Amino acid sequence: MPQIFPRRANSLVSAMLWGGLVGGVALVIVAITLGSSAHTTGVNSTPEQPVPFSHGHHVGGLGIDCRYCHTSVEQSDFAGLPPTSTCMTCHSQLWTSAAMLAPVRQSLQHDKPIAWVRVHDLPDFTYFSHRAHVNNGVGCESCHGRVDRMPITTQQKPLTMQWCLACHRHPEPYLRPENRITALGYDPAGDGIPGHELREHYGIRKDNLTECVTCHR
Amino acid sequence: MSGRPVRRGMGGLLILLVSACDQGPMTNQPKYETFEPAPRWPHNQSARVPVAGTVARGEAIDPRVPETLPMPLTRELLERGQALFNIYCSPCHGRDGAGAGMIVQRGFPAPPTLHSDRLRQASLRHFYDVISHGYGVMYAYADRVARSDRWAIAAYIEALQLSQYARVDDLTAEQRARLEGGSSGQAGEGAQQ
Ligand code: HEC
Ligand code: HEC
Ligand code: HEC
Ligand code: HEC
Ligand code: HEC
Ligand code: HEC
Repeated sequence: MPQIFPRRANSLVSAMLWGGLVGGVALVIVAITLGSSAHTTGVNSTPEQPVPFSHGHHVGGLGIDCRYCHTSVEQSDFAGLPPTSTCMTCHSQLWTSAAMLAPVRQSLQHDKPIAWVRVHDLPDFTYFSHRAHVNNGVGCESCHGRVDRMPITTQQKPLTMQWCLACHRHPEPYLRPENRITALGYDPAGDGIPGHELREHYGIRKDNLTECVTCHR
Repeated sequence: MSGRPVRRGMGGLLILLVSACDQGPMTNQPKYETFEPAPRWPHNQSARVPVAGTVARGEAIDPRVPETLPMPLTRELLERGQALFNIYCSPCHGRDGAGAGMIVQRGFPAPPTLHSDRLRQASLRHFYDVISHGYGVMYAYADRVARSDRWAIAAYIEALQLSQYARVDDLTAEQRARLEGGSSGQAGEGAQQ
């Protein structure tokens, strides 16, 4: 019977074996780096908004507190976005003919809400609650960064499970006193009351914070 | 042959890779998150406007507004009032209530000082009503400030008014000693009026 495979097939097979192995490892590395890259997690994503609203001007420049606009952040899972009438508490008198604000005026006139584009969006299979965080010493800045320096709102943190867990395992260096939750530029680890005292003050129990069911329910 | 498991492994890896990119049905489930757009509903909104006369859970059903503070006046109430005043009112009225807040400095019509004789005579109910319905060019804050919080702010405004007219006689002996020692500038200014 004639040989089906020529002799060199032997080396071909071993080349394929090794190639497959190396290729596989490379694939895994590519998958992991892609998976945690800014492109996939959405860090720095800055969607275009219907009105170029600037936290830089309103928060950094004018010093308006987050809760003036994100009213429900302490009472609800959802932080809340301001209705048009909230913009109008000031813009009924200020910048009343600015072209930039035309969509706001039209929204009021036609009673049609402004369709803001989401900047942060967790997958629907996760549960997140603002109330649980901002009433337990976690400030906006820890998760949203320096919004007072953003001309257009940007996602600054990766919002991955790894990122959530890093704090849930060891929240102490991030905790602030009640009156500093919306403050920006406050350094919880350096400026204030030591983290373990605040953890006791808020009665935070770390054991259930890493249970799957805390965030997947 | 030992090439098979390797290929299978690679196939598995490919599937893993593809599924890592999956924005599948679990990521975007057929449910509305808060404020998610809902095509074919009015204005594409999933959030509906409650019918007129809806009473929020936990709010009093009785539409009549009490004439004065319906809850005991406590330190907590005043502190709540202070926090809310600083969030919602200070941009225009200033933290001291004199009416020179940041938005006024940027051209918003100046509100009157809260320390005028007329407003010092005004009842808590008047402040409650101004917050609920607005006043002149000032918009209503009813959609953002709950009823009990409106009373907290009203009570705090009165405390703010009193603070501007504090007298030396109102202080305890200890506070007076500290004041005469000249260590507290702010209390000193208030006391001289
Ligand atoms: C004058 C009103 C106003 C104030 C004050 C304000 N915001 Fe906003 N915020 C908005 C509006 C309008 C949007 C939606 C448009 C956008 O994303 O820029 C928004 C969006 C956001 C978003 C992105 C939401 C998303 O889509 O994921 C974050 C995060 C945020 N604000 C945080 C803050 C924080 C933190 C503060 C206080 C330091 C603050 N905001 C103060 C009006 C305000
Ligand atoms: C508490 C008062 C206040 C509220 C509420 C407010 N603004 Fe403004 N806004 C201002 C002032 C004052 C300016 C002028 C900016 C300056 O002087 O720095 C301004 C400027 C702007 C500008 C011009 C560009 C810029 O950023 O300077 C836009 C656009 C704008 N606001 C959009 C909005 C929108 C949209 C809302 C509602 C979500 C809103 N504002 C709510 C006070 C307010
Ligand atoms: C522990 C982290 C964390 C803290 C603290 C936090 N946020 Fe958020 N915020 C998030 C995440 C995560 C989302 C996206 C939620 C989603 O997709 O369901 C979000 C979304 C938002 C949104 C969009 C509307 C919404 O609720 O989905 C706004 C507005 C916002 N945050 C404002 C604030 C403000 C203001 C504060 C402080 C008072 C704050 N956040 C504190 C993590 C945080
Ligand atoms: C900077 C710190 C920090 C980050 C980041 C953070 N958390 Fe938390 N989280 C906390 C603390 C502190 C608590 C309060 C625990 C308590 O209630 O005692 C908490 C509580 C919670 C709770 C409520 C637990 C309960 O028992 O009701 C949920 C749900 C949650 N976090 C989800 C998330 C998710 C999802 C993320 C990521 C998107 C996240 N957290 C990111 C610090 C953080
Ligand atoms: C502190 C909150 C939190 C806890 C606790 C948590 N998760 Fe997650 N998980 C998340 C968030 C947020 C995401 C979505 C972001 C991401 O994919 O990283 C996620 C995503 C996932 C995914 C999907 C990954 C993907 O790539 O699509 C799986 C599977 C998962 N979690 C399993 C678990 C299991 C199992 C546990 C318990 C051991 C757990 N999670 C505990 C927050 C949490
Ligand atoms: C955007 C600026 C602005 C904000 C924010 C604001 N006000 Fe006013 N307020 C005004 C102006 C302007 C007037 C004067 C209105 C007029 O006479 O047309 C006024 C008037 C008043 C008066 C006097 C009514 C009278 O009898 O003369 C009171 C009391 C008052 N405001 C309370 C509040 C309280 C409490 C808040 C917070 C919940 C608040 N305001 C928030 C601008 C503001």
